[in-house]
Amino acid sequence: MTLSTETRAELVEIAGRYPQKRSGLLPMLHLVQSSEGRITPEGITACAEILEISPADVSGVATFYTMYKRKPVGDYHVGVCTNTLCAVMGGDEIFATLKDHLDVGNDETTDDGKITLEHVECNAACDYAPVMMVNWEFMDNQTPESAVRLVDDLRAGTEVHSTRGPRLCTWREAERVLAGFADGLAGEGPSAGPSSLVGLGIARERGWTAPDPEQSDLAAPADPEVDAAPAVPTDADSGSDKHQAAAEADDDVAEAAEVEQDSPTDETAAEKKEAD
Amino acid sequence: MVDTLTPVLTDDWDAERSWTLETYESRGGYGALQKALAMAPDEIVTAVKDSGLRGRGGAGFPTGMKWSFIPQDNPKPKYLVVNADESEPGTCKDIPLMMATPHTLVEGVIISSFAIRANHAFIYIRGEVLHVIRRVQAAVAEAYAAGHLGKNIHGSGYDLDVVVHAGAGAYICGEETALLEGLEGRRGQPRLRPPFPAVAGLYASPTVINNVESIASVPSIIGNGSAWFASMGTEKSKGFGIFSLSGHVTRPGQYEAPLGITLRQLIDLAGGMRHGHELKFWTPGGSSTPLLTAEHLDVPLDFEGVAGVGSMLGTRAIQLFDETTCVVRAVLRWTEFYKHESCGKCTPCREGTWWLVQTLAALERGQGSEADLDLLLDQCDNILGRSFCALGDGATSPISSSIGYFRDDYLAHLTHGGCPVDPTASTAWAASLTGAQA
Repeated sequence: MTLSTETRAELVEIAGRYPQKRSGLLPMLHLVQSSEGRITPEGITACAEILEISPADVSGVATFYTMYKRKPVGDYHVGVCTNTLCAVMGGDEIFATLKDHLDVGNDETTDDGKITLEHVECNAACDYAPVMMVNWEFMDNQTPESAVRLVDDLRAGTEVHSTRGPRLCTWREAERVLAGFADGLAGEGPSAGPSSLVGLGIARERGWTAPDPEQSDLAAPADPEVDAAPAVPTDADSGSDKHQAAAEADDDVAEAAEVEQDSPTDETAAEKKEAD
Repeated sequence: MVDTLTPVLTDDWDAERSWTLETYESRGGYGALQKALAMAPDEIVTAVKDSGLRGRGGAGFPTGMKWSFIPQDNPKPKYLVVNADESEPGTCKDIPLMMATPHTLVEGVIISSFAIRANHAFIYIRGEVLHVIRRVQAAVAEAYAAGHLGKNIHGSGYDLDVVVHAGAGAYICGEETALLEGLEGRRGQPRLRPPFPAVAGLYASPTVINNVESIASVPSIIGNGSAWFASMGTEKSKGFGIFSLSGHVTRPGQYEAPLGITLRQLIDLAGGMRHGHELKFWTPGGSSTPLLTAEHLDVPLDFEGVAGVGSMLGTRAIQLFDETTCVVRAVLRWTEFYKHESCGKCTPCREGTWWLVQTLAALERGQGSEADLDLLLDQCDNILGRSFCALGDGATSPISSSIGYFRDDYLAHLTHGGCPVDPTASTAWAASLTGAQA
C-alpha cells in the first residue's frame, strides 16, 4: 500500500530537521512503523526516494536496529527484560509465564492482534527489577501475577497506566512520538519513581547536602589558578602561580598524548565505556 | 568534611512537576547559562578543566580536555552530541535524570555548545524509553519558547539549535562512533580511530560526544565554581556521581555521592543486602566491568580505586547478587547479550562472542570438561583488544573475572550434571524472604 500524502510530507519534514537529510532516517523509519504498522517495502522506497539513497541502503538500516519490525506488531508490544539482573530477579519466570498464558513464542503476536511478546535487553531501570516495558513505557517491579493481570487488562481494553508515565497508548502512537511528533503527554506521570528517590530521601532525612558554595572559600575566585588546584596549597606569589599553571598545562599535554597513544585495547575499552 | 551523600543532579527530583521549565527556573535553573553567556568560551572550557570533571559515561576522560581538542581553526561547523543511549546492563542513572529534570541536561547542552562554539547539538536517546523522550522533547520546546535556544540567545549573538533524536534499539550505539553512524542514518557500526571525533566526528566535522551526566554536571560547575566541584571526591576523581544500586539489596535505587564512597557505605545506606542473605558478587560499573566480590567492599569507588583491583568504575552501575545466584547463569546471560549486540563488523567479536556462548552454554548444562575453562580463557584472549571498539572486550570481562573468583562454581556444574542452583531462590518473590516454605 502506498504511503499517504500526509505521511510522505511528514517524512520530508523529519529529514529537514537535520543539517544533512540522511540523519533523519531513524526517526523516518519510526514514522513508517507508526503509519503502516511495520516497516513495509513501500515505506522503504519512500525513505529512499526522499533521502536520495538506494532502497538497499534503507533496508540495511531497517534490519540492523531491533525496534524496527518487518511483521505486524500488536496494539501492545510487551517486552520482558531477561538480561542478567532482571532474569535472576524473576524476569525469566515472568517471560515463561507470559508465553504460556498468551500461548505465543518470543516475538509472536496473539491471535486477536492485541499483544506482541518479546524478551528485551537491559532497559536502564535495574533498580526496579524485574522490569517490563509496554510500548516502551516502564512497568516496574513486576511479578508473574502482575504480568498476567497486565496483559489481561490490555487485551480487555481496560485502561492501564505506566508505573512512571501516562496511560498506555498503542504501539503505533508510541512510534509517532519516537519520530519526533509530540503527543502532549509529557506532563503526565510522576517526576520520578520511588527507587529513583531513595538516596535523596536519606540525604533529606540526615540533612546531607553538597557543600554550600556561599559558605566557604569555594565560591569561584577571580584567580583561575586558585580555582584550579584547591587541594594544593596555593603560593601567593604570582610567579609561582604561573609556574604551576605551566606545569599543569604540560600535564594536560602529556595526559592527552598518553590517551591518544594508548594501546588499542585500553583506548577502545575507554571509548566504549564512554559509550554508555 | 563533605557529607556522605551530596545530591546535586538528583536534588530536584522530588520537586513538584520537576520536569517543567517553571519548576527548574524557580529553583535557580538557567542561572548558570546567564553567567556562561557573559564568559568567554575558553573560560568555560578552563572552568570545566579546573573542576576535574571526568566523563560520567564510564571512560573517565577529562571533559574539559576533550573540549579543548576541538580544533577551533577548522572552518567546518562544530557539533555537540549527547550520548543518551544508556544501555550498559546495570546502568540506570541518565534515564531517571532525563525523566525528572530534563532542563538540567538542556542547560548543560547550551553552555557546553557555547564553550566549543557549536551551533547545532543533538541529544541521541535510546528509542526504548518513550516517556523520557517525551520529557526531553518538551524541555527543548520550552527552552526555545523561553529564548534559551534559537537565534541570538538572550541577546548574546549566539545561536543554537538542538535536535532530540530517538534511536531504534542497538546497544552498540552507546559506543560513540557507532552513535554517530546512527545519527547519520546508517547502521550503527563503530569507526576506526584515529581520526577521533574531535577532529572528524559527525559529518566529518569536529564533534564533542559526552554522556548525559557529564553534560548535566556542567551548569553546577559554572554556577558554583570549579573549586566547589573539586572539593568533593578524591584526588584524581573529583566531584559527585550517581551510584545506581540494583539487585539483591534492601533498597535499590539512585545514590548521589562524592566519588570515592565505598560499597560498604552504599549497602549500609541501602539497608543491607536483602534479609538473610549475603553478597556474592557485584559489578562496579555495568556488565562490561570485571566482577568483584565481598573482598572488595572497602575499595574507594573512584577511577583509580576500582582500577587498582582489576576492574573499572565504569558507569557506577552496581549490580548486587547474593549467594542464591548462579554465577555461571549470570555470566552466560551477559554473554548471550554481547553476542546479540555485536554489530558484526569485526570478526574477533562477531565470531568470538558466538563461540563464547557455545562453550559457556555447554558448561552450564553440565557438559564438557574442566579444560573448557581454559578454552574459554583462550577465546577471551583472542577477542580482547582485537576489534574496533570495546564491545568484545566487555564480553570477556564477566567470563575471565568469574573464572578467576568462582572456578569451583563452574566445576560444580560438571559434577552435578547441570546447574546445582535453584533459580527460584534468587527472585524478588523468593519464599525465603517471607519465611514461607516453597
